[in-house]
Amino acid sequence: MPVNEQISAKERMAIARVKMPEQDPQVRNRTFTEVNLGLPEQLALLEAKRCLQCKVAKCIAGCPVLVDIPRFLGFIVDGDLEAAARSLLGDNALPAVTGRVCPQETQCEEVCIRGLKGAPVAIGYLERFVADWARDHLTGAFMTPAPASGKKVAVVGSGPAGLTAAGELIKLGHAVTIYEAFHTPGGVLVYGIPEFRLPKEIVRAEVARLEAQGVKIECNTVVGKTYTLAELRAEHDAVFVAVGAGLPVFMNVAGENLKGVYSANEYLTRVNLMAAYDFPNNATPVLKGKRVAVVGGGNVAMDAVRTAKRLGADEAMIVYRRGKTELPARAEEVHHAEEEGIRFDFQVAPLEVLGNDQGWVTGLRCIRMELGEPDDSGRRRPVPVPGSEFIFPCDIVIVAIGTRANPLLTSTSPDLRLNRWGNIEAGEDGATSLPGVFAGGDIVRGAATVILAMGDGKRAAKAIDAYLQNL
Amino acid sequence: MHTILSNTQLAPNVTRLTVTAPRIAQIRQAGQFVIVRSGPGAERIPLTIADADAAAGTITLVIQAVGQSTKELVALQPGEELRDIVGPLGRATELPEHGHAVCVGGGVGTAVVHPIAQGLARAGVQVTSIIGGRSREWVIFEEELRALGTTIVCTDDGSYGRHGFVTDALRDVLAAGGVDAVYAVGPVPMMRAVAEVTRPLGVHTIVSLNPIMIDGTGMCGGCRVSIGGETKFACVDGPEFDGHQVDFDELRDRLGTYRQYEQAAQDHACKMGQG
Repeated sequence: MPVNEQISAKERMAIARVKMPEQDPQVRNRTFTEVNLGLPEQLALLEAKRCLQCKVAKCIAGCPVLVDIPRFLGFIVDGDLEAAARSLLGDNALPAVTGRVCPQETQCEEVCIRGLKGAPVAIGYLERFVADWARDHLTGAFMTPAPASGKKVAVVGSGPAGLTAAGELIKLGHAVTIYEAFHTPGGVLVYGIPEFRLPKEIVRAEVARLEAQGVKIECNTVVGKTYTLAELRAEHDAVFVAVGAGLPVFMNVAGENLKGVYSANEYLTRVNLMAAYDFPNNATPVLKGKRVAVVGGGNVAMDAVRTAKRLGADEAMIVYRRGKTELPARAEEVHHAEEEGIRFDFQVAPLEVLGNDQGWVTGLRCIRMELGEPDDSGRRRPVPVPGSEFIFPCDIVIVAIGTRANPLLTSTSPDLRLNRWGNIEAGEDGATSLPGVFAGGDIVRGAATVILAMGDGKRAAKAIDAYLQNL
Repeated sequence: MHTILSNTQLAPNVTRLTVTAPRIAQIRQAGQFVIVRSGPGAERIPLTIADADAAAGTITLVIQAVGQSTKELVALQPGEELRDIVGPLGRATELPEHGHAVCVGGGVGTAVVHPIAQGLARAGVQVTSIIGGRSREWVIFEEELRALGTTIVCTDDGSYGRHGFVTDALRDVLAAGGVDAVYAVGPVPMMRAVAEVTRPLGVHTIVSLNPIMIDGTGMCGGCRVSIGGETKFACVDGPEFDGHQVDFDELRDRLGTYRQYEQAAQDHACKMGQG
């Protein structure tokens, strides 16, 4: 273990939590360059010193991929960034991603002892710091791979679950091929999460690192269409299915097929994957509204509304049927959105999308809600306030109320057991009803987070390894 | 990567590309499509697989060059590479095993109706094709369709075949009786007109829709169409639907979503010296 004895406990406790340097909100809400600028080395070293190196470190258990946080923070304090990077990368295949998009405040940082009195250690910022250092300084296959096992594993989907599983399996010496439906790997990391929160260059570098370690990626391959799951299974010793929850849910209200209504999936895919923000240098267009209403309160809704602002909207607004404290989005995203001038209208439900005779959106007819009795989720159920209808004039409506399981793969695999929502039934270790077929991420959980998907990928890789050993 | 093997101009702005795609050639079924992307920064474009040769490992794509992205595609010459092709996507045509079907193709839609006619003929269905174009030079796939059954060619200006619209010829064929189903692919007004001709007669009518699409896997919902008042995704629920249930007004309207951007794309290409 690294020693961390250079400063006294009192000095350690006196260090205030670091602030992430950010672009000015009024500048950044016009560009797609990253909001958070990253910690300079000096601030990172100081922040790492705030860690108490707890003997029973709750932060590790708070992390879905069980990163040994005190260990890599200790290496930062020692000034040994290479050791910190190796330690972190050994636990987490995509630290430059999770350091940017994890909801740390409900995971590692929530349970940090420093948070009991004052602020928790900025674990997410430090993870990002080390991961970015690694990207610049650790090149190529920096890990010695295990001897080849002679076993072949297919991973379906190159999102966070698939990439993590691939990274773990390749370290164990298995031959791994990822099959990706889009023309570029990364899944939700490239089509969903915007450039200003997760630069695509970061994802490309993480993918390139996996490829350097021997992971093969076949893009333009839709499992369920180009190959069936059974065909992949026959060609490989095991398959990990991590295709995400890629079917957009619409509101089911009148006017939803008017021009100017997007699913968040479509809007973000156009802007992120197809780079429509840089039209016509990139050929895919996206409608640029003056007044944009985004329906929903999760991270995807925040990404969409902040994107709309950056595309030049005079007013970009969140319409959410519950209150601010119920917003499922990460605290940092809500905070950033507010700083950037995003308007929030809480306890409002859309009733109808209004349009003109040319078929273009002109507004959103809404009704105010109040909170009634708690529902199944324990949250108070919003109920309409009679007579409170109003019209929000707008030219773009983006529906960000969730996604469901895409049946494209599962409908062609009749023996694969699903739950009643169409998600794949899988155990803790990802095992499905089909021998040798494992699953994880949103296709199992329903729409969740990047890090939970990565946790699934890591656990499934372990289970797949055990399965392969017993073949 | 996929290699272009041939590039043939079929009509004034309609081009046939034959391109290597062995897996797709092997498994594609009538009615299915691919999405192609010509290179970095290019759009993803859905194209019905007009024909395939499983032994040669090639597929045939027929492209009407209307916008900047399709112009870039048809500029690809033999030996050049097409970067991305994904598929086969969409549901296959539901093929009956007997009876008499009429396949109606308008303009570039004739290339889309061709694999349907091919599938029907192979399944044992008697196929009559009715194809049309503005004038002689716009008539495509005539020879291929003649090989599958009786084929009636119509031109709007009478420069070739029968003078008039495909719907006129369709009325006559239907009047003769014995038609079990009609398959129609072409511009939205043509498909709508065909559906209106067959509706009073109660003849089962299938149309293949071509809404704006990105992923082709049900992920974006951009291709939603109203079928019998219900929203469907053309990419995974279609592209073929009951022509009597389609909201053609909405389809036509949604197809115009990005019209204002097309000029900007073309101007940009001119500036970049590609136009």
